[in-house]
Amino acid sequence: MGHLLYTLGQVNKKTMHKYEQESKKLGKQSFMYAWILDETGEERSRGITMDVGQSKFETHTKIVTLLDAPGHKDFIPNMITGATQADVAILVVDATRGEFETGFEMEGQTREHALLVRSLGVNQLGVVVNKLDTVGWNQDRFQEIVGKLGTFLRQAGFRESDVTFVPCSGLTGINLVNPPTEEKLLEWYKGPTLLDVIDNFRAPERPITKPFRLSVNDIFKGTGSGFCISGRVETGLVETGDKVLVQPQNEMAVIKAVTIDDVHTSIAYAGDQVSVTLSGIEMQNVSVGYILCDTTQPIPVTSRFEARIVVFNIKVPITKGFSVILHHQSLSEQAVITKLVAQLHKSSGEVVKRRPRCLVKNSNAVVELTTSRPVCLELYRDVKELGRFMLRVGGVTIAAGLVTQIF
Amino acid sequence: MKLVHRNVDKDGEGVIALVPEEPEDMWHAYNLIAEGDCVRASTIRKVQNESSTGSSTSSRIRTTLTIRVEVIDFDTQACMLRLKGRNIEENQYVKMGAYHTLDLEVNRKFSLQKPEWDSVSLERVDTACDPTQNADVGAVVMQEGLAHICLITSSMTLVRAKIDQCIPRKRKGNVQQHEKGLLRFFENVMQGILRHVNFDIVKCIIIASPGFVKDQFYEYMFQQAVKTDNKILLENKGKFMLVHASSGFKHSLKEVLMDPAVISKIADTKASGEVRALESFYTMLQTEPAKAFYGIKHVERATEAQAIETLMISDNLFRVQDVKQRKRYVTLVDSVREFGGDVKIFSSLHVSGEQLDQLTGIAALLRFPMPELEDEDEESDEEK
Repeated sequence: MGHLLYTLGQVNKKTMHKYEQESKKLGKQSFMYAWILDETGEERSRGITMDVGQSKFETHTKIVTLLDAPGHKDFIPNMITGATQADVAILVVDATRGEFETGFEMEGQTREHALLVRSLGVNQLGVVVNKLDTVGWNQDRFQEIVGKLGTFLRQAGFRESDVTFVPCSGLTGINLVNPPTEEKLLEWYKGPTLLDVIDNFRAPERPITKPFRLSVNDIFKGTGSGFCISGRVETGLVETGDKVLVQPQNEMAVIKAVTIDDVHTSIAYAGDQVSVTLSGIEMQNVSVGYILCDTTQPIPVTSRFEARIVVFNIKVPITKGFSVILHHQSLSEQAVITKLVAQLHKSSGEVVKRRPRCLVKNSNAVVELTTSRPVCLELYRDVKELGRFMLRVGGVTIAAGLVTQIF
Repeated sequence: MKLVHRNVDKDGEGVIALVPEEPEDMWHAYNLIAEGDCVRASTIRKVQNESSTGSSTSSRIRTTLTIRVEVIDFDTQACMLRLKGRNIEENQYVKMGAYHTLDLEVNRKFSLQKPEWDSVSLERVDTACDPTQNADVGAVVMQEGLAHICLITSSMTLVRAKIDQCIPRKRKGNVQQHEKGLLRFFENVMQGILRHVNFDIVKCIIIASPGFVKDQFYEYMFQQAVKTDNKILLENKGKFMLVHASSGFKHSLKEVLMDPAVISKIADTKASGEVRALESFYTMLQTEPAKAFYGIKHVERATEAQAIETLMISDNLFRVQDVKQRKRYVTLVDSVREFGGDVKIFSSLHVSGEQLDQLTGIAALLRFPMPELEDEDEESDEEK
């Protein structure tokens, strides 16, 4: 991804040169493009992405905000935060022999990532088959990966027409922006470059007419007075000078300024990644996962709700009293499954069993959840983005859910 | 806890005198004392005397009171046990039948008279008086921006401090805020550890987190310790253990206690035993659902068939005010033991106990599958 930004001119030559030199010193020259998005010392010295990195670039028809999400198991919560804000996703898989297999086997991350983004409402996916240069641009290898992944993604619920596979090499930069020059690849590949794929994604419809909601993703001190929060406008629009309600704290605040990508604007619409400056509220009283919303139509706040969940491939069954971590937008909160209402049929959604004793893997069910602190949720049928959530236990995602009723 | 004397007759009626020695003993006492019991303990009362001329003097007097307990209060943070009830023994300072409140104190004897000492309470006295069961462990579960500092003793998990802080994320060209926030967070956690963990008592301190937060924190803490010449930390460096956990929430303690490295260190503490038992229950539920049941009704049925291998029961259930209910649970425990089953009484203060409480407080692993139990359940559902 870093290389893509560099080629598109988002990173200047001088900085790139600096990264190259510094990464060489650490003996990790191949990470030089990764450094564009991984900025903390910890991330650079370990050579992995830990938190979501944000950047933007332009294609022929679109302005794209890029969220670079971590892939490592321990940082999935961060990845969920990123994925909740995404419209489309690009899945990068390693084509090196053995590497793809470890990622794709039962315990691997590739499966979990694909399932996660699908459950979070992303339905267009670009699959980048990376490092194809290490296997000599072998077509069979590419086809093998396409075959395996394609079957799996169809099972996960992606439509075939919404998934595009692209062969490329991130380090050498082949087939990222410019059409490939590598002859071995040209022999069999005539498809689009990565940039074309991104350009071809359909833009989703934005719920601009709905009441304003913005989920807080980050809080930081900005320049000047007040403090800034950043996040994505989920629905509606926001203008400078608007009064907003901060939920679940139930406090009023005034929007002092709105910036999109460090440029001041007066108004932001649903789908925009913005940072807004707030006043009239203490910085301590806002935390990640809170929602800014319209004062006249505030978001419901609850600590008990009913939801329809899809249970993933889990090792131990879910019973009443299971404590889980609820991931909703940027929020992660401890919650307990207080009631198993009914087990549903996988495809028809009919009730198979009322009040089941436990839920086994790959089942659908209606459950009741209680969170330890009040959270902001919307019914799925009202606002899709704010009605989805994930349940995780012990570093594994166990279920994805939709809010069906708020008590 | 020290047992001073014990006088229980055949029918189970009698008096036991105990001296609590540690805060944890208060928790045992809380589980022993039920409504309607008589407790005799010494306390301090302020007594006002009025002389013949009308001037009054007040003095503090230590006196021994005997009350019939009506209200029991336990403060988990301070480990204080407060009993309220009517005085049943008159002395020169207090009248018969007056309401009094007793605070049980550490290192002061109290005697407890029960109309019936059942097997569960007698066992509780035995475990409380067993000095080998002491093992204190400090544990810090953390993730970026959230940390819980806990103390784990054999029957209690106490959250001493919760640190919840907002750390700005990394942003383009503005990494300093993130790093500053992180350092401030580490500083707070370190202060929390120094304030709440008594290094003389704890066997080891576990630092658990996802990713590299634990390593970063460990490094930071000892850098600071060297800088400020903090002897306590440096001397106890060997006691720290780094373990993986999936999050900074309290229930990840369960994962920590499952870690082989931790198990070997804290070996047979009750906490890790409980976690393992609960885990085996869940595994059974997955593999052979007809051999794992929860809920009093199912478990009782299984007992009738002498099918129970391991019974897990939360001590919360024994604290019910209703004598009949308690008797029901005690009979259950007794009959399981009689047929050679294993009974594990979970402490509701541990994370595993909390989970069991949510799961109706009672669960059992069976020797042989009893699928008929499940079917019966469906029938009773339809009736409703």
